[in-house]
Amino acid sequence: MSEAETVVNITVNGQPVEASPGEWVIAAAERAGVYIPHFCYHPRMSSVGMCRMCIVDIDTGRGPALQPSCMVAVSEGMVVDTTSDQTRKAQDGVLEFLLLNHPLDCPVCDKGGECPLQDQTMAYGPGESRFVEEKRHFEKPIPVNDLVYLDRERCILCDRCTRFADEVAGDPLITFQDRGDQTQVNTFPDLPFSSYFSGNTVQICPVGALTAVPYRFKARPWDLTEVESTYPNPMGDRVVVQASRDQVLRYQGVDSDAVNWGWLADKDRFAFEALASDLRLRSPLVRGTPLGQPDPGGSELVEASWHQALALAADAIRVAVDNKGPQSVAVLGGARLTNEDQYVWARLAKGVIGTDHVDAQLDDGLPADAVLSLPRATINGACTPGGTVILMGPDPKEQQGTLYLRLRHAVVSDGVQLIELTPRATGLSHLAAHRLHHRPGEVAAVAAALVGGDIDPGPDGEIGGVSAVALAAAAAALADRADQPITVILGRTSLAEAAGPTVEAAAELMKLAKLLAAGGRPGIAFLPALHRGNVLGALDMGMAPGLLPGRVTLADGGAALAESWGSVPASSGAGARGILKAAVDGNIDVLILLGADPLGDFPDRKVAELALQNVGTVIASDLFLHSSAAQADIVFPAAGFGERRGTHTNMEGRITRERQVVTSPGTARPDWGIASELARLLDAEFGFASSEEVWEEIVQVAPSHRNLSLDAIDAETDGLVAADSSIVFSPPDSATLVPHVDAYSLRLVSSRRMYDRGTLVRHAPSLAGLANAAALAVNPYDFQRVGVDPGTEVQVISHVGEMSMPIVVDPGVPRGTAVFGYSYPDLDVRDLIDPASVVTDVRIQTR
Amino acid sequence: MARLNPANLTVAQEIIGRYPVTRSALIPLLHLAQEQDGYVTEDAMAHIAELVGVTPAEVMGTCSFYEMLKREPVGDYMVNICNGISCHLLGSSELIHYAETTLGVRPGGTTDDGKITLEAVECIAACTEAPCLQVNYRYRNLVTTEDFDQLVGELRAGTAGFAPHGKLAKVRQHVGEDRWAGVSHPDGQGEPAWMARNPSDNGD
Amino acid sequence: MSAPADQDLRIITSRFDVDDGHTLAGYERTGGYAGLRRALEMAPAEVHGEVRTASLLGRGGAGFPAGVKWGFCPPGVWPRYLVVNGDESEPGTYKDRLLMERDPHQLIEGCLIACYALGLSQCFLYVRGEMAHAQERLAAALNEAYEAGYVGRNVLGADDFSVDITLHWGAGAYIVGEETALIESLEGNRGMPRLKPPYFPASIGLYGKPTIVNNVETLANLPWIVSNGGAAFAAMGAHNSTGTRVFAVSGHVVSPGVFEVPFGTTTFRDIIFDPRYAGGTRPGRTLKTFIPGGASAPWFFEEHLDIPLEKATVDQAGSMLGSGAIVVMDDTTDVVKACHNVVRFFARESCGKCTPCREGTSWLEKILSRILAGQGRLQDLDLLMDVCDNISPGIHWPPRQTTICPLGPSAVSPIASALERFRSEFEAYLPATPVSVTTTSGVAT
Ligand SMILES: Cc1cc2nc3c(=O)[nH]c(=O)nc-3n(C[C@H](O)[C@H](O)[C@H](O)COP(=O)(O)O)c2cc1C
Ligand code: SF4
Ligand code: FES
Repeated sequence: MSEAETVVNITVNGQPVEASPGEWVIAAAERAGVYIPHFCYHPRMSSVGMCRMCIVDIDTGRGPALQPSCMVAVSEGMVVDTTSDQTRKAQDGVLEFLLLNHPLDCPVCDKGGECPLQDQTMAYGPGESRFVEEKRHFEKPIPVNDLVYLDRERCILCDRCTRFADEVAGDPLITFQDRGDQTQVNTFPDLPFSSYFSGNTVQICPVGALTAVPYRFKARPWDLTEVESTYPNPMGDRVVVQASRDQVLRYQGVDSDAVNWGWLADKDRFAFEALASDLRLRSPLVRGTPLGQPDPGGSELVEASWHQALALAADAIRVAVDNKGPQSVAVLGGARLTNEDQYVWARLAKGVIGTDHVDAQLDDGLPADAVLSLPRATINGACTPGGTVILMGPDPKEQQGTLYLRLRHAVVSDGVQLIELTPRATGLSHLAAHRLHHRPGEVAAVAAALVGGDIDPGPDGEIGGVSAVALAAAAAALADRADQPITVILGRTSLAEAAGPTVEAAAELMKLAKLLAAGGRPGIAFLPALHRGNVLGALDMGMAPGLLPGRVTLADGGAALAESWGSVPASSGAGARGILKAAVDGNIDVLILLGADPLGDFPDRKVAELALQNVGTVIASDLFLHSSAAQADIVFPAAGFGERRGTHTNMEGRITRERQVVTSPGTARPDWGIASELARLLDAEFGFASSEEVWEEIVQVAPSHRNLSLDAIDAETDGLVAADSSIVFSPPDSATLVPHVDAYSLRLVSSRRMYDRGTLVRHAPSLAGLANAAALAVNPYDFQRVGVDPGTEVQVISHVGEMSMPIVVDPGVPRGTAVFGYSYPDLDVRDLIDPASVVTDVRIQTR
Repeated sequence: MARLNPANLTVAQEIIGRYPVTRSALIPLLHLAQEQDGYVTEDAMAHIAELVGVTPAEVMGTCSFYEMLKREPVGDYMVNICNGISCHLLGSSELIHYAETTLGVRPGGTTDDGKITLEAVECIAACTEAPCLQVNYRYRNLVTTEDFDQLVGELRAGTAGFAPHGKLAKVRQHVGEDRWAGVSHPDGQGEPAWMARNPSDNGD
Repeated sequence: MSAPADQDLRIITSRFDVDDGHTLAGYERTGGYAGLRRALEMAPAEVHGEVRTASLLGRGGAGFPAGVKWGFCPPGVWPRYLVVNGDESEPGTYKDRLLMERDPHQLIEGCLIACYALGLSQCFLYVRGEMAHAQERLAAALNEAYEAGYVGRNVLGADDFSVDITLHWGAGAYIVGEETALIESLEGNRGMPRLKPPYFPASIGLYGKPTIVNNVETLANLPWIVSNGGAAFAAMGAHNSTGTRVFAVSGHVVSPGVFEVPFGTTTFRDIIFDPRYAGGTRPGRTLKTFIPGGASAPWFFEEHLDIPLEKATVDQAGSMLGSGAIVVMDDTTDVVKACHNVVRFFARESCGKCTPCREGTSWLEKILSRILAGQGRLQDLDLLMDVCDNISPGIHWPPRQTTICPLGPSAVSPIASALERFRSEFEAYLPATPVSVTTTSGVAT
């Protein structure tokens, strides 16, 4: 057992196999191409050895003996025989046992055709049943939640779903009940399996016991065409997209070691319903008369040809540029597009039109130059055993589903220590080694104390709302593990708070990063947790003011790029807020919205409303006619996920492929095509015939993407990570001043939840009903001061507005803070948020 | 009333205090709930889940594994006739059959008056006293049909002196504050002091 | 009930006929807690040494030497726990309950000695749920012992020795007697056995910490061993099976009872037929078969009667002493029914974790039920054996298993024993004209 021993030599069916220490026999055999049948074993969960299907002859020197290969670790010289008579007999026996009580309803079972039990039976099973007794009976499928049905008669008790719920998701709400051959999986009566991740149990169920409501009876596996793709969320979850008759019917997670380990959040898994919605845009729309005739002054949106719509858009842009110069055109959004789409729009805006008023974020993220300048972490890096994760961003459980699962595993199983630096408890709090719940707006002071070494508490013994004692303990724990990687999950924890404090906090952590790096330690790296699918691709493609494709600034990279593009903007433009303000002031004549809904999404709704009223021509490219698109003058129907090809960039900078499996509804087109057409009408011929050709150009002109050809990306199972950046981190010059909160007020925190009432959730029938209830959550102490029953409607008043909402008590909310969800159109928290101030304080009045 | 009542909550806290890891108190607390209500109600399971920090589904998982924990009301007296091999050899099947006919219920059933639930159970560790039975987990040995009739009579009359179903031991473990050494938490304990003793210290 | 035979040889049942032996007063009066006092005068390792010398075999079923098992605690890992296995539920087994009811302090003293010897800092006394009286007696004894300073903080005034004993009780599940299932149950879980390795909880047990699990009877021997020395214990009984052992003889015998006899030297014939013990089969009856060591054990017959109650010898003869349960069946026995009775037990008590046990044992039970109901088919007898073979490949002794724990394979013993010896009795249940059996999925023959 020397430490140097990194290879264990075993023999599988006569063939020598190199295994790693601690590896299970079943896994080593599989790598060597020997498949050992199994049901309960799952490589991403602990072995339970329940089904006994994987028993094979294993000889460790004392003669061959039947042992479950899913729970025997390889050892030097071990001889494994998966084909011996003894093995065959035992496996046949197990299979027969499993089939005793399993209904023979394969022809009507969703799993039929892709069922390991069915496959095993075909391959090895006895022809005829020797079992003449009555089978076990249960009430036919029962819902375990709104998305998943359970047929207990089909269940073979492999413990996969229950283990997933407990071990992986941390929601042990389905368990084994009863005993022996009466054992069943079930929930507690009237307490559903409410987990954001329940769909994974359907995917890993080795039989058809668990079925997903959105897929039930929709198709047979042999009718499905499928492609491997990347789900466009910030994690870049790897998925297989399956379709039948030109309709997407299912996503299945792919076990990507670097990313999602096969898991998906339900919100993503079942989002395909939204893409298949009847409300998708199918044709370009332009202003017209109630009779459907195009008419620029018309009150309605009417269908038009692509030719008409594109010509109108090009004209509007040309007129604006001619009248007021290129900076009178602005582009908002684009974070949901592929890298290629983003690149072509960026080139159109910056290279052809000449405007730098381009922003993919809607003032709900972080400044692009800061994000691109921070040393970037990988997800696996964050999960390095023994490392530290500092959570200084949104609740991963609510906003980055599979990242939550990865972090949870890292903390629970791999000894990663989690330091939580957030304004309220998150879904990971119970696992955090240190919980530093700061007052909204004061995160920078806490970060400074955490890494600075000198903790100087004020008279109250606290900094930024965090007790000095807790801070000191966290600082010591951080220092203790400084020889292991430290990863900061960085993002906006609250949309009721300006971005400034978060950037200042990052600057504090960068000080430590520099010290550690100088000392030869692994140091600190950052995982940006930003909102919207391909937001990091958008930043890499230059869809932010002052930036160009390839993580370079306009100032540094402009000259070089001008050689390929012909020209670049003369000066830096504004971000989303600046663009909308300029629009309010009448300085924007054409506003292009790329999958963006500022009326629904921009933190300052009043500015968004005024801006849309004042802009001459609003052009929207989108999947749905949401509130902002409905006010547009020209609307292009865009291709969505599964209907387009391209690449995606995740939070690490990992680039993987998005692939097409169905055609878009109506005449919808991919965005790169729309942008190319507009460019052509503006006398700039890009010459792209496919998204692949776009990528070829990106690799040529974007410095950070230079070695990332599609061939190179395809050669790696997990794609490639773009790592270089030429942007240097510059700490903010001055610290944000945060006003004191008065004794009668609570400081507001507003963040997104998994199921809000956003566009996507609303358009997916299975998800729409899951929206988390909207209520103002306060600490028990503050709740008691209000003195009402939970759920009572109260009046919440800030100095910009007031609204009435139910109040609930939540011990995860610190004293002095109030939390309300973002993105609830009917209870729009933006009516309370003061965009001009760093923080917003509210008072509660009972009626 | 189905959550633990205040008195039992106090007992529950004392029980929990005897374990280094709270969840270990789960089964004793389920017994406590059964003692309170005669069976384990769903509300009690939810309450216990709160007390030991698990989900109600996990409590259900544990509760439903064990034969003694009833999730539906049963009679005042569980009459469990042993049907283990030793009792079987000495006529337990006949005794069970006799019980079925005289009580008019099948094993698992409760008499109409709600007094008696009959069960045929596996070996109850009184094999030399076959056939035997338990009434609310108290033994009756070498039971003849006449004995059985008499027992049923007494149970119905309430003169047999058995505590109602759910009550197990009449004496609880109770340790005075000053006598309790303190639970051994699985984390952060060193070698116990006495392990350092050696023979030369004998008789101090 | 207990018919003590040789007064001198009674080590652990010596107080069974002392009326107040279960109280602290009675216990102290009869020499109680002397072993603990003696132990505290020794170094912990010396106490462990005495138990090794005694060569005390575990009394819970597997018969593993306690002193050796105690040595499996990994050095330097703390805390370590003691878990007492008082779950006695194997059909025919009846001794631990008596030890707990009649002499609870002896068990408590044994626990304290084990804790002292190994540095176990908390003890959990897991008593079978259905044993209300035993729980009561132990609770009362513990309360007394705490009060009197034997248990808890500063045992007997020692400032360096403190140990708590927590009385815990089960809720009805035979499988919880298996030590890893016992630990799961003690942790508040479903009582499902854990995967092996680790083979002994001594390395990873309760809460993931080193844990010694011992049977009630095993621990009850400790006060005597420490008081009298391991050598004196080893001098009793046979070379490899030392001391005394408590056997319950039940079934078709004149005077069924629980007997403490010298381990290893007494024979089955002695304990079944000697009037000092079970007194033989009932008048006019002859021995048909007997189970030598609990329901899991393969059956013995007439020709095995002269085998001594000694572990190695019985193992070699193809069965086991197991939990000390001898069940005698005379010529009136319907072996098919008896066989069904035992198989039904295992089917009902399977925890459900392993497919072959969960599905296999209940299938066996269903086939036997059908045969008893006159619906058997000739091929069912081979089917029974083949299902057994799939649960325990080769139908060997000791059993090979396709399961996590030995419960599943245990159901094989009665079938293999009965079918081999009494096949004609099974055949007699088969209807004269072959039946066709109707199932939900159609008709099969
Ligand atoms: C299915 C099964 C049931 C068991 N039941 C008991 C039991 O009721 N009591 C017991 O002491 N040991 C029982 N055992 C044995 C225990 O696993 C364990 O070996 C024993 O408690 C160790 O104590 P000992 O070394 O003192 O004998 C059982 C084992 C199995 C496999
Ligand atoms: S053999 Fe039976 S009782 Fe033992 S672990 Fe497996 S299923 Fe449970
Ligand atoms: S896969 Fe090994 S026992 Fe199920």
